[in-house]
Amino acid sequence: MAAPDAAKAPAIELRGISKSFGPVQANKDISIRVMPGTIHGIIGENGAGKSTLMSILYGFYKADSGEVFINGTKTNITDSQAAIAAGIGMVFQHFKLVPNFTVLENVILGAEDGALLRPSLAKARKELTALAKEYELNVDPDSVVEDLSVGHQQRVEILKALYRRAEILILDEPTGVLTPAEADHLFRILENLRREGKTIILITHKLREIMEITDTVSVMRRGEMTATVKTTETSPEHLAELMVGRKVLLRVDKVPAVPGAQILEVENLQVVDSSGVQRLKGIDLDIRAGEILGIAGVAGNGQSELLEVLGGMREAKGSIRLNGQPLPLSGAGADASARRHLGIAHVPEDRHREGLILDFHAWENVAFGYHRDEKYQRGLFMDNDALRQDTQAKMAKFDVRPPDCWLSAKSFSGGNQQKIVVAREIERNPDLLLIGQPTRGVDIGAIEFIHEQIIALRDQGKAILLVSVELDEIFALSDRIAVMFDGQIMGFRDPATTDEKELGLMMAGITDTRDPVSQEASQHG
Amino acid sequence: MDFLTLIQILDSTIRLATPLLLACLAGLYSERAGVFDIGLEGKMLAAAFLSAAVAYVTGSVWLGLLAGIGASMLLALVHGLASITFRGNQLISGVAINFLAAGLTVLVAQSWFQQGGRTPSLMGGARFEPITLPFADTLSGVPFLGPIYGDLVSGHSVLVYMAFALVPITWWVLFRTRFGLRLRAVGENPAAVDTAGVSVTRLRYAAVLICGVLCGVAGAYLATGLQAGFVKDMTAGRGFIALAALIFAKWRPWNALWACLLFGLLQAVALRYQNLDLGGIVIPVQVMDVLPYILTVIFLAGFVGKAIPPRAGGAPYVKER
Amino acid sequence: MDKMPRWADVFLIPLISLLLAAGLSALVILAIGENPWAAVKMMVSGALGSTYGWGYTLYYTTNFIFTGLAVAVAYHARLFNIGGEGQAMLGGLGVALACLYLPLPHWLLALPVAAIGAALFGAAWALIPAYLQAKRGSHIVITTIMFNFIAAGLLNYLLVNLLRPVGSMDPATDKFLEGTHLPTLHDLLAPIGIEFSKAAPANVTFVVALLACLAVWLLLWRTRLGYEIRAFGHSEPAAVYAGINPVKITMIAMLISGGLAGLMAVNNVMGEAERLVLNAVEGAGFIGIAVALMGRNHPFGVLIAALLFGFLYQGGAELALWTSIPRELIVVIQALVILFTGALDHMVRMPLERIFLSLRKGA
Repeated sequence: MAAPDAAKAPAIELRGISKSFGPVQANKDISIRVMPGTIHGIIGENGAGKSTLMSILYGFYKADSGEVFINGTKTNITDSQAAIAAGIGMVFQHFKLVPNFTVLENVILGAEDGALLRPSLAKARKELTALAKEYELNVDPDSVVEDLSVGHQQRVEILKALYRRAEILILDEPTGVLTPAEADHLFRILENLRREGKTIILITHKLREIMEITDTVSVMRRGEMTATVKTTETSPEHLAELMVGRKVLLRVDKVPAVPGAQILEVENLQVVDSSGVQRLKGIDLDIRAGEILGIAGVAGNGQSELLEVLGGMREAKGSIRLNGQPLPLSGAGADASARRHLGIAHVPEDRHREGLILDFHAWENVAFGYHRDEKYQRGLFMDNDALRQDTQAKMAKFDVRPPDCWLSAKSFSGGNQQKIVVAREIERNPDLLLIGQPTRGVDIGAIEFIHEQIIALRDQGKAILLVSVELDEIFALSDRIAVMFDGQIMGFRDPATTDEKELGLMMAGITDTRDPVSQEASQHG
Repeated sequence: MDFLTLIQILDSTIRLATPLLLACLAGLYSERAGVFDIGLEGKMLAAAFLSAAVAYVTGSVWLGLLAGIGASMLLALVHGLASITFRGNQLISGVAINFLAAGLTVLVAQSWFQQGGRTPSLMGGARFEPITLPFADTLSGVPFLGPIYGDLVSGHSVLVYMAFALVPITWWVLFRTRFGLRLRAVGENPAAVDTAGVSVTRLRYAAVLICGVLCGVAGAYLATGLQAGFVKDMTAGRGFIALAALIFAKWRPWNALWACLLFGLLQAVALRYQNLDLGGIVIPVQVMDVLPYILTVIFLAGFVGKAIPPRAGGAPYVKER
Repeated sequence: MDKMPRWADVFLIPLISLLLAAGLSALVILAIGENPWAAVKMMVSGALGSTYGWGYTLYYTTNFIFTGLAVAVAYHARLFNIGGEGQAMLGGLGVALACLYLPLPHWLLALPVAAIGAALFGAAWALIPAYLQAKRGSHIVITTIMFNFIAAGLLNYLLVNLLRPVGSMDPATDKFLEGTHLPTLHDLLAPIGIEFSKAAPANVTFVVALLACLAVWLLLWRTRLGYEIRAFGHSEPAAVYAGINPVKITMIAMLISGGLAGLMAVNNVMGEAERLVLNAVEGAGFIGIAVALMGRNHPFGVLIAALLFGFLYQGGAELALWTSIPRELIVVIQALVILFTGALDHMVRMPLERIFLSLRKGA
């Protein structure tokens, strides 16, 4: 880093920030300096403490110790109001917008000029027009926010910050919900902002974004800042190593697949959700025994709905055949327990929301979904003893720690929770395993273990449908890759012959990979 | 039914709709800010008692009104404490407040007045008297318009006019002021308000306290305007009818007025006719009594229109990581 | 990690809440110029000092067990059933119709028939709110409140216009047939040589209530249905994932809940009044909320809390009889219990958790 310069103090300087939540230390003695007019990346795995740090900077949490300097002045950020006054704006991962308010109303909320709305609205309208021109931040000020696309909603968030005269802008995982094209547009906006002298902190766990746009980058691991480097002086491999603390295993060891009989055939699968939006627009795919089909895509392009239909959580139209037998897609025989009965196991994308009952004991969770099984019944009642024995066996086999079946599911770590779910589903010996985001929020050690289990199941001749937003995971596990965009499958690729760039374009809805120019045109599709 | 009867029924509708309207607008402020309130009934009851008691003791209805508002605000504060500060269950808190008021009013009334849980009858300055509007007498001779102005529009107590004036005022506050914008925002997405640097807690307390003030006025009107004194359980479910009206009104001020007038009309008709004979079909009085509830259930069922409550309603605000 | 031991969660918190409620009630008694200590003594002797007192205490307890269980079962499916009052009213109608119009020569036959009638009518009154919640997403708290009022109107109409015997001015049904008389605790205990007050209304329904506690416990923690109800209550998306039908579970949980509330009528309508009168439930449906909250929605907790409220109710009646403290004191206590155990739970819990955390650190 450059030596302290009286003329040019850092826009932000953190010194020795620490923060604990109960016994968990989220931030340990963290110090960084970010120079004005630069884009600074903060990279780290989920749970590394990035968001906590930024929440402290935005006054959402109070640090246990440490100091914050803004433009060289020690600043005490007690709440969001103080952060805004210090010129800090934040774009949260989950937008903080009022869905049934207009863009204008959202922009002025909390920054009104007086007790009456009319003057504030008129002033904001003028400023928005100016900001739109200056930074490519076009949004109709009178649209109701819930009618806007995700990308546009994000622009409203940025506009909110700029309207409050923010000089420092923090973005928390801004591209998680964006298509690559929308992300590119966002990056152009960020470059415009940098040109105008704004300071930007970009929090992400995606190496590509760091390399593409940042000037400097800090790496966080388990609550600590492990390094701060100039982006031009580092490499993705180096950063990845700093993130996880050791060489990452980019490929899982596996033998080539030996596909057998057709297990799953899906034809023209269509889903319309409760608000009338078509989520699946005619999906065709098939999976053979002993094969892993990986589905890549930006979150929210129909992957979840596909898993839910196959798992019996959602009704659909079209046709699904399992081992040649057609499955009902609506009505009584189409629920999750019917699917399990036919040999479809399902590791859901969100184990907290779906896969587990967090307040149930581990042994109750091991029956979850299979609680009607003959072997768990004893007359009118459930055979809880059998269940507990079963649980102890599974916990031993999958190395769940601590191996105590009386603990409630919420007291296990993310990795151990996921092991409980995976054990429950894989040990059923299913014909088809549906597995969504298998390693989200799971520590490195458990990731390897879970990947090995998936490969082992494949090698036993089972069909596996893998959905993941992590391209690395898709590449590491899949025998074939399908890319989903806007409720459709854009195409199938062989992991050996494709690359991230091609998949990235397909994830943006572009199948003709020789013509990257059409990317911009398809943006408002 | 002749013209005069109609005027009388409508006149009684206005008087019966007033406490409903006040309580309904009270609930509107609270629920628009994301704090559900099924304790309107209890706050009204507490206010009815204390206003009557203080009005009796001091002989001043205005002091009574203040005391009633105070009692109601105290209960509102308890609701705020439970549902905002301690992030408890807003529905359970509302239930508790209703019982607290039902029990305490009788307990205290018995201890003060020894009349079986009621206050002595109020007279003179201890009641809100009807106001005769200008020209009401002069116009009384004019056919049609005379009775409408003289009997229907004129001749109510000041609280009635206040209640009706509160409808446009509430609309204006909600949709034209900074406070209203923030209030509605905090009921839809408190995180948006919080990150914008505005205190969710303070806003919600403000809403809950406004609710307390209006419930206080509603209760005071019951005991010192509509009737002359407090009797046990005198709100008789009005807080719940107001709640029903609020749902019926889709949490909007002008709709609230119409809903309360409709429910007031039902009460007026039920009061006047024990069994309403509609050319052969006799509608028993009980049907009139329960019609507001039935209508609300039908409305909630979404068969006619859809009642969508404020999105963050009922949930305490917890900062996310 | 749990922040404090289970026993503290299960016993200490309700106990502290109760003490807070009792303390505030004592202040109220002081404020109206009475002596709280004397009041407590009178309540204890009035409710527990004689078999007569016990007979009333257990009679009220029986009511509260049913309404408390009703709230608890619905709560496990994350449904807040405030409609116990209306469901119990309708249960009374079921009992009355059975006891008036069916030939029931002996109580051994009359009890199950009337119980079925009570449960069916109570469940039926929960059916519409349950359906509207399950299918149309109408908030069950609001609909059950509305249904309480509708039930009151309906019963009022039926008693005034249809069920009232000719010539009677009283809006109540005729006296039930002789064969439907339920044995009181006096009748039941006399053969085994225990002397129990003849005048007290506690009857065989108390035994039914105890069985209901056991049955609800078995249902919730030993059967598939209970497992599904609890799973659904914790997370609806998870229930769908596990193949549990939310509509079905919502309906079943509410029907069981309404049925339990309805069963209360066997005690008060058949066991005590032996005819159906206006407002027979007397708020017991609402007390069920306090009982369930206090009993942590566990059947055995409900039993203990119901006993406590039975004691308060009978003790309060004695107070009203011998002092100038009206019965409404009980309503105040009930309100405070609901407030502290239900709405202000965090206020009681947070300091306690802090104490346990520091104790653990110190250890």
